[in-house]
Amino acid sequence: MIAKAAMAALSAAVLAITPASAVEKPKELVIGITTFLSGPASVFGVPGKNAADMLIADLNAKGGILGVPVRAIVIDEGAGANQLMSEYRRVVLNEGAQVMLASVSSANCLALSPVAEDLEVPNILWDCSSPRIFEDNKYKYSVRTQAHTGAEMLAAALYLVKNKPDFKTIAGVNQDYAAGRDQWGLFLTALKALKPDVQVVAELFPKFGAPDYSTEISRLQALKPDVVVNTSWGGDLDTFVQQAAARGFMTQSTFVMPLGESSLERLGDAMPAGVIIGGRGDHYFLHPKHLKDAAFQDFVKRYHDKTGAYPIYPVFHMAQAIAALQDAYAKAAKDNNGQWPSKDQLLAAFQKLKFHGLTSDVTIREDHQGLEDQLIGTTIRVPQYPFAILDNISIYPGALVTTPIGDKSAEWLSKIKPAMANDPSIETFAAAK
Amino acid sequence: MSLDIILLAMLDGLSYGAQVFLVAVGLSLIFGVLRVVNVAHGSFYAIGAYVAASMGIWIATAGWSPWLSYPAMLVAAILVGVVVGGLLEATLLRRIYGKEQVLQLLVTFAVFMILEDVQKVTWGVKPYFVNTPLSLLGTVNVLGINYSIYQLAVIPLVALCVLLGLRFILRYTRIGRIVTAVTEDREASMAMGVDSSRVYLFTFMAGAALAAFGGALASGSTSLVPGMGSGMIILSFAVAATAGLGQIEGAAVAALMIGLGRSIAVYLAPEFDVLMPYLIMFVVLLFKPQGLFSTLQTRKV
Amino acid sequence: MRFDLLLGAIAFCAVAGVPFFIPWATVMLTIALGVGLAVLGVVVLLRAGQISFGHGLFYAAGAYTVAFLVQARLGLDTLLLLPAGALVATVIAIVFGFFAVRYRDIFFAMINLAVSMVAFSLLEKLYGITGGGDGLNVARPTLAGLKLGRVSFEFWMFYTTLAIVVVVALAVGRYLASPLGKGLEAIKSNETRLEYLGVSSGRILHIAYAVSACLAGLGGGVIAIVTGHVAPEFAYWVRSGEFVFIAILGGAGNVVGAFAGSIVYEIVRNYAAAFAADYWQTILGVSLIAIIMFAPQGLTQLRFGKRRTGA
Repeated sequence: MIAKAAMAALSAAVLAITPASAVEKPKELVIGITTFLSGPASVFGVPGKNAADMLIADLNAKGGILGVPVRAIVIDEGAGANQLMSEYRRVVLNEGAQVMLASVSSANCLALSPVAEDLEVPNILWDCSSPRIFEDNKYKYSVRTQAHTGAEMLAAALYLVKNKPDFKTIAGVNQDYAAGRDQWGLFLTALKALKPDVQVVAELFPKFGAPDYSTEISRLQALKPDVVVNTSWGGDLDTFVQQAAARGFMTQSTFVMPLGESSLERLGDAMPAGVIIGGRGDHYFLHPKHLKDAAFQDFVKRYHDKTGAYPIYPVFHMAQAIAALQDAYAKAAKDNNGQWPSKDQLLAAFQKLKFHGLTSDVTIREDHQGLEDQLIGTTIRVPQYPFAILDNISIYPGALVTTPIGDKSAEWLSKIKPAMANDPSIETFAAAK
Repeated sequence: MSLDIILLAMLDGLSYGAQVFLVAVGLSLIFGVLRVVNVAHGSFYAIGAYVAASMGIWIATAGWSPWLSYPAMLVAAILVGVVVGGLLEATLLRRIYGKEQVLQLLVTFAVFMILEDVQKVTWGVKPYFVNTPLSLLGTVNVLGINYSIYQLAVIPLVALCVLLGLRFILRYTRIGRIVTAVTEDREASMAMGVDSSRVYLFTFMAGAALAAFGGALASGSTSLVPGMGSGMIILSFAVAATAGLGQIEGAAVAALMIGLGRSIAVYLAPEFDVLMPYLIMFVVLLFKPQGLFSTLQTRKV
Repeated sequence: MRFDLLLGAIAFCAVAGVPFFIPWATVMLTIALGVGLAVLGVVVLLRAGQISFGHGLFYAAGAYTVAFLVQARLGLDTLLLLPAGALVATVIAIVFGFFAVRYRDIFFAMINLAVSMVAFSLLEKLYGITGGGDGLNVARPTLAGLKLGRVSFEFWMFYTTLAIVVVVALAVGRYLASPLGKGLEAIKSNETRLEYLGVSSGRILHIAYAVSACLAGLGGGVIAIVTGHVAPEFAYWVRSGEFVFIAILGGAGNVVGAFAGSIVYEIVRNYAAAFAADYWQTILGVSLIAIIMFAPQGLTQLRFGKRRTGA
């Protein structure tokens, strides 16, 4: 009893020292961004950060959000989950960040979402893809401004059965971590629903960051699958493609690489034509629907001038998160008679928010999941670019491919109908000329 | 399990084992002479790879013959061995030979941490890939499987040359015999008037160059990413410890064992491929605490 | 010993006040203390001149035990979870110790390295059980029967950990001063002579091994609960290397040094990661070399004057 009273008193004392959140208009809006600045995933994290730097500078040049300048504090996810969590806390509690943008890694999003609830800080899941975040839990403070693995894998499976209908056997080579396993599992679930007679000949999970896939490639060559699915990215995908291409394996089977968009430019000559590529959403620097869009063109050019590379999907994801943040503040302020909104008003504004990043509009559902279109294409080689670009592009509307509210992706995907591959809402485009 | 699969697994294992051997043999050589377990060895591997890749890119942009990228690997390895390895031995390691083995290991661990940052600052975090060496030689078809000649023949042949070359140098040259003498009995050879500091410097540079050479060869067929050194150092530890520290030929056998173990695992139980090297090392150390090929050392009173 | 106690008391007062003055540092400090427990485990073995390059195994064993028990939803309290983690680590050490204590020096380091890397690979590979490379989340358990909110949980978890640290530090201090502990020093200086005296060095080392693993398991459990997350990296060789690093930083063989070292390490790491992201490993590496070259007794020597014993 005494202990309990003492504890309550001490807790109150501790609470009293932590700063209370202010509802009056702040001098600046501090946001925290967790992204990879080190480690293999910095191939996503650094472009994401570059995009944030550019977009926030643009935003502040136009007066910031509701006249309040935005300042971003970047946290490195590469230092490990534990380090990340204490940094995240420090940025919220000590630096007074009012909104957090987390994170590239699904594991980190899964770990940080409960922390955001604890800290009562609005948390935008800007790039991570695990469907488990909102399917296994309900979070008040977290919203996702992009799609999840379920939608991404379904789109790739729909594209495969539509464009290469005659295959019989399939093999998977995926990175050995939760996202790699989830991606392969969901892809296969969708594919089996679309094409029940498909035969799986191998499921390989090479070590994350493996430097060599020679043995895996030999084994796959011996098995001769019609289709090989590889959801890896970064150095792993680069290594796999280079080694497979050098051994003539890339032309033996049809390859599906749902995250391949992020490696196209780096791979250059090594990526052959005829590979099915996705970009985690409708993210592509030659997006056929936005090629004539001046804002899109201007951004792609400025990004290329600044970084020397074309934007890849994390850049688009960052643009979506910042657009959503801006629009949610605008909407919340409108509902609050033009005053600076409270935290709860901001969170309410995210509900059913429709916003425009760089490509197609995204809508946030009641369950805080974003509905994002998916773009899948097939590589071709053209003289204008020193690397493969996408042809025969199909765009799948977010509403078609995203697991409905209340369903779990794995169950829903097992029940989809083969006819979905011919849904009239799917648009198809040839390569940008 | 058909014969074909055994043969394919052996080919893959041979290529992988040869790659690991090149790095592990340098580690073993350094331990044999200096009695230092060199954690920074993984950094030499990574830096050798990065330097070779940079030279490859440089050769390509200068418009020279792509065939030059093969000799460039050797140049990169010697460069890293002499400059990085030599500098490290002369400025730092030389001061710690009198200390406990544990502290020596920790100093090289610290060097490893520092060199990790050096790599990041110099080469960034973007994956590097220079596939000229891989694609230039083309492929060969074995049992319906395309193998790259570079991985299947060049790397194992180079490893074999290194093994034979080391054997020759250690047995038939003056410097080699001095090194062997120091490895066998340090105190006695010092008493005979061997100039230890020169032997140490030479051995360390040679060991570092071997690791860098392993990295340079790897740069022709894999992506170079931050942290690649930490995976390789632990693998070459496993090889060196399985063989017995300081055993050159033993390292070749252990590297083959580990390479074969891993590739057989990929064919039969792919879930366990990463486990194999450590499992082999563990089982060997359980029964032969000093490694497979070490002769027992008596503890001094 | 007197001096150590005084030192410990001063350190204790300084650390105990932190939550009142720098509340956001509470978690960081709890983590430092948890790591300090594992470092103390390494320190015990260092007394015998033995270095384990695989103590991450026991650290991970403690952490994963806690994670599994929490995931099993048995509703176990923190005060039960921590001993459970320590117990599992100890049992593993007792069994594996039958082999490990036959090895000395570099081979002892190697066999520990091998077994911890086997554990690391298994934790990464057995996705269905261990969550693979992503690890497991650890939901916040009750503390002394109370369901606490974040702030008060962090606050009380800090003092719980501090209390554990004090009890453990005193107990380890007594153990090291006992004949069993003195035997460790004898193993370091001249094991063969010890054997001639009719003392089983294997038994002495085996006990030390179990004690050391118990401490690492306890530390792992604290980390699992405080950070709410466990990952295979806990068993990776770099983590084990960090423990040895901190042990040397704090002054090998020094009980207070283990915790002083880990607090300094955690602070340097946090600030270096925040303000010199590209160089934090360099900062740590350079300081390690400097300590080994110029202050072999560790940080405690630097701060509290030259109290050279031997050397």
